[in-house]
Amino acid sequence: MSAALEISNLQKTYANGFEALKGIDLKVEEGDFFALLGPNGAGKSTTIGILSSLVSKSEGSVKICGIDIDEDFSLAKKQIGIVPQEFNFNVFENVEDVLIHQAGYYGIPISIARERATYYLEKLGILDKQHVQMRMLSGGMKRRLMIARALVHEPRVLILDEPTAGVDIEMRRSMYDFLRETNAEGRTIIMTTHYLEEAELLCRNVAIINQGKIVTRGAIKDLLRDLNSETFLLDTQDEIPAGTAIAGYTLRQVEPHCLEVELAKGQDLAPVFAALSQAGVTVVSMRNKENRLERMFVNVLEGAS
Amino acid sequence: MSAYEQWIAFLTIMRKEVRRYLRIWTQTLLPSAITMSLYFLIFGTLIGKRIGTMGGVSYMEFVVPGLIMMAIITNSYANVVGSFFGAKFNNSIEELLVSPTPNYVIVLGYAAGGVSRGILVSIIVTSVALFFTKLDIHSWFVVVSVVGLTSIAFSLCGLINAVFANTFDDVNIVPTFVLTPLTYLGGVFYSLDLLPDFWAGISQINPLVYVVNAFRFGVLGVSDVDITVSFTMLIGLTLISFAYAMHLLRAGSRLRT
Repeated sequence: MSAALEISNLQKTYANGFEALKGIDLKVEEGDFFALLGPNGAGKSTTIGILSSLVSKSEGSVKICGIDIDEDFSLAKKQIGIVPQEFNFNVFENVEDVLIHQAGYYGIPISIARERATYYLEKLGILDKQHVQMRMLSGGMKRRLMIARALVHEPRVLILDEPTAGVDIEMRRSMYDFLRETNAEGRTIIMTTHYLEEAELLCRNVAIINQGKIVTRGAIKDLLRDLNSETFLLDTQDEIPAGTAIAGYTLRQVEPHCLEVELAKGQDLAPVFAALSQAGVTVVSMRNKENRLERMFVNVLEGAS
Repeated sequence: MSAYEQWIAFLTIMRKEVRRYLRIWTQTLLPSAITMSLYFLIFGTLIGKRIGTMGGVSYMEFVVPGLIMMAIITNSYANVVGSFFGAKFNNSIEELLVSPTPNYVIVLGYAAGGVSRGILVSIIVTSVALFFTKLDIHSWFVVVSVVGLTSIAFSLCGLINAVFANTFDDVNIVPTFVLTPLTYLGGVFYSLDLLPDFWAGISQINPLVYVVNAFRFGVLGVSDVDITVSFTMLIGLTLISFAYAMHLLRAGSRLRT
């Protein structure tokens, strides 16, 4: 089976001389849920722009589901659905027309397009807005419609560029459910996001891009395993005695009822619990101080991983 | 894309375009009917009576073909330049650009939208004209082919304008400062025979002269220019506009980076 996406030595230099991509290599297997992460200006949107044909590449090759875009971009385009970062609708069209027109551009007759429009609008919870003009929709509804629009020609790969930016928590959760479902049906999903907990929650594999280069890639769980340290916050029922210390562990009392514990790679929390119990302190809850993927992300970008 | 899929894509673009101008018919269809009624009333009926005949026909009959052609040119051009630039402005053109629709289907789809509006407006304006004068068509072949070629050519010119435009001002510059003067100086209201030799010679480089006279020949059998020359100019304008529009889309000028 060919990879959903295979990028080799992809380079892009804009007319003003800015090198947005400096030769990236990337492979995403079919069926994967993949995150492409990176700070602003790292090259994520340029990469997606090249896949969508809105940006022309300077060098390198791109294969979508085994189809080289230099050989048959038309066929390659049929394999992908793109959800861009910015809204790009005609605000005077109604919701159903947006989907019917998009399907038509892929050669799908209106009767089939209408059926699919109804299906995806219902799946994404906006079927009641079918005949409403775009300008009347909320930001979250527009985001969901962009997903429906990207899927209306039933692509094998769905590419989302920051799909949940500006979306409230409830709507974000329902989008996650939908994306998990569509991925479970066999569709490959590639997404960029600034919400790292979103990537950790949804994606199996990740690549981090910085200054036009891929700086790390792999399975999220493997990358997290490589973290050198992790910080936990323990909330206690009883006041923690001042000066509590455990040999080999870095502790910091945040509040009388909250202890920060930094675990080095290979350490576990059992001795901490035991020591606190011995001191008559009961731990009621425990949480990560920061998102683990965020820590890994920062480490990678700082070259300290 | 298969030929059938390309046909669907073409129909989709055309459907979108037709629905757009029908949705805003008070801005797209009604103004031409009102403006042309005023032209017929003032120039044809009131002033025309004092002018008498021109080119061997009554002044009213003389101006009707030119005014119909003016409506076709203005509307087919305005439809595409407005719609395509609007799509560029709100980035909805990306819906088309990311799809597998070939460039020539995009060009033809937008042109078909402009042509349909040009023809619809010409029917409206002709219907209004029939309240003021009767029209015995001299050659249906010439009428239909000139209407077709003119609306295609000026729809394509509108597309080219839209590709280059960066602001709404850029959309209006060509119609206001180029198209309207050329139309007025293209023999809509007068015969070239009335001009001194120098200005009649200058008029030969105005493409609108050929368009207006070709249509007038089709309607009245009267023309200041040889019909073969007019057809050659019209076909040339259409082919050049199509080739240039295709070149711009293929190169991705101002559409892709």
